[in-house]
Amino acid sequence: MRIARANRLTPYMFMAPAAIIMAIALLYPLGYMVWGSFRAWNPSQSIGEAEFVGLRNYIFLWNDPNFHESLIVTLKFAFFVVSLELLIGVGLALLLDRNIRGMSVLRTLFILPMMIAPVVVGLMWRYMYHPTVGTFNTTLESWGLPKVDWLGDHALMSIIIADIWQWTPFIFILSLAALQSLPRSALEAAKIDGATGWQQIIHIKLPLMMPVLIVTCLLRLIDAFKVLEVILVMTAGGPGLSTEILALRISRTATEFRELGVAAAMSNYLLILLLFFTVAMFLFTKWQEARARRLAAAIQEDD
Amino acid sequence: MAAKQERQNPAFYALIAVLVFMSVGPVLLMFVNSFKLDVDIISGSTGLLFLPTIQNYETALCDVLWYEIDHLDFCAIKFGGAFINSLIIALVSTVLTLIIGCMAAYALVRFRFMGRDTVSLTTLMVRMVPPAVLLVPVFGLWNNEFCLDKDGLIGGFIRETMGGRGDVCLAGTHSGIILIYVAMNLPFVIWILQSFIVQVPRSLEEAARVDGAGPFQVFFKVVLPLIKPGLAAAAIFTFRIAWNEYLLASALSDRDTKTVPILIVNNMSEFNVEWGVIMATGMLLAIPPIIFTLFASRQIITGMTAGAVKG
Repeated sequence: MRIARANRLTPYMFMAPAAIIMAIALLYPLGYMVWGSFRAWNPSQSIGEAEFVGLRNYIFLWNDPNFHESLIVTLKFAFFVVSLELLIGVGLALLLDRNIRGMSVLRTLFILPMMIAPVVVGLMWRYMYHPTVGTFNTTLESWGLPKVDWLGDHALMSIIIADIWQWTPFIFILSLAALQSLPRSALEAAKIDGATGWQQIIHIKLPLMMPVLIVTCLLRLIDAFKVLEVILVMTAGGPGLSTEILALRISRTATEFRELGVAAAMSNYLLILLLFFTVAMFLFTKWQEARARRLAAAIQEDD
Repeated sequence: MAAKQERQNPAFYALIAVLVFMSVGPVLLMFVNSFKLDVDIISGSTGLLFLPTIQNYETALCDVLWYEIDHLDFCAIKFGGAFINSLIIALVSTVLTLIIGCMAAYALVRFRFMGRDTVSLTTLMVRMVPPAVLLVPVFGLWNNEFCLDKDGLIGGFIRETMGGRGDVCLAGTHSGIILIYVAMNLPFVIWILQSFIVQVPRSLEEAARVDGAGPFQVFFKVVLPLIKPGLAAAAIFTFRIAWNEYLLASALSDRDTKTVPILIVNNMSEFNVEWGVIMATGMLLAIPPIIFTLFASRQIITGMTAGAVKG
């Protein structure tokens, strides 16, 4: 009897430390943030002393042109980063999916950028983009080409390039792993039927890789909204608001403008946005699975 | 047959060379520049013709060097202290996350219990929360709520022994930063380890149970040794995040608990950047992750693919 009860308690005992820590340090803070977003709250007050202002912070942000600007910058950044990385990463994986010597060395070198601290990545790129001493402009100059104002007029493009440098390998490695685990039989059959390289890619490889690609895409999308340090070091959001993504704006509202209530409301908007993307992506996968199942059923009926 | 080495055309190798150059180039550039004097960096001589100097590293490490440095009157960058803080925080949070995370992953995979689906879904959802979102509540809570009263038993003891004023709060301590890192990394570690634990054959566990092992013995003596590759991968990823994180550490740390990323950002924000020194500090921060990459790239790739492909 005692043993039976101990067995029933076992999973909870295994689960308890993680559940307690996540409840204290993730869920409770998130609830605290929602609560705080309804208050005019500055860092020197505790939350109880802050005045309750209802939805004022949310309405203020809804009409705030700076917030709109930074929302647009965030969406642009996320869109370009994810789509370009997906394009380049999958393209490279399709190109390099061959038996060549030293592939493992190559992969090691490719994951290097991902492991380095975002702060350091920002530092490297800030140096390379430097208007006078930076690598890009000195190279352009030595070729007799005009200089480019990387972190001025083209700041958004420059941070997108830096992110592509750091994270394309992630997509490359995952798609390569997916490619190499594809069933050989389908590819052999296509070859025998005389499919060209492009036909193989479009009709066989890409559809079979789709589940992995969608997960990868989702992971990158979520991460694109987390990027902060690289941009902070490279441009600090400037010039103007041209690179001030939401995460950066939240941290500046909290630390520079000392408006914790507004920052909390902004965090909630960001969370809602992320939730929307995640759910949309999830539903899309479900819909695709359902369609694939229907197709499979139809084919079986034909037989 | 698949292992046959095909002959590729030269353009293919050229492409690979370009890719390698592109991914490693910036890191090499920083490495080279960290051995240059500021004069050499600014004069724009991109060539390799310069006299390498370790002066930048000396400036960065001035608080831990055992000898006097001639070119420096005052030690402004306390890199040594920050490095030790980073090391303590990253190592402790990695170990804690791994222990707690693999226990939770094991429970989620092997047991059917009430609330399992809720826990599993919550874990997935909190994975998408950006650190910036946690900034405000964590700042508020760690400073105002997660405190011990200074008149209380433990709080009074800490104030007496460590000094200082006010209530004893989590903010500004190593444990405060460690707590949020553990919480932040747990969902990810649980997610990765689940896919490794699923592969452990149930029969092994049952055999151990028949031999009279309790659930904890089964877990620590049978399951843990079998998922070592997964643990290695999870450890590297957790360490990487704890080692590299800037935002939350900057909100929670005080003068004595600063980590290296904070040090770098603080020295960058000034208008006149000392490129040589800052690149030397950057290089020192990047060395542990680079070492991991070179020696454990297989585990890293396994971990990455386990998280996305199988998940």
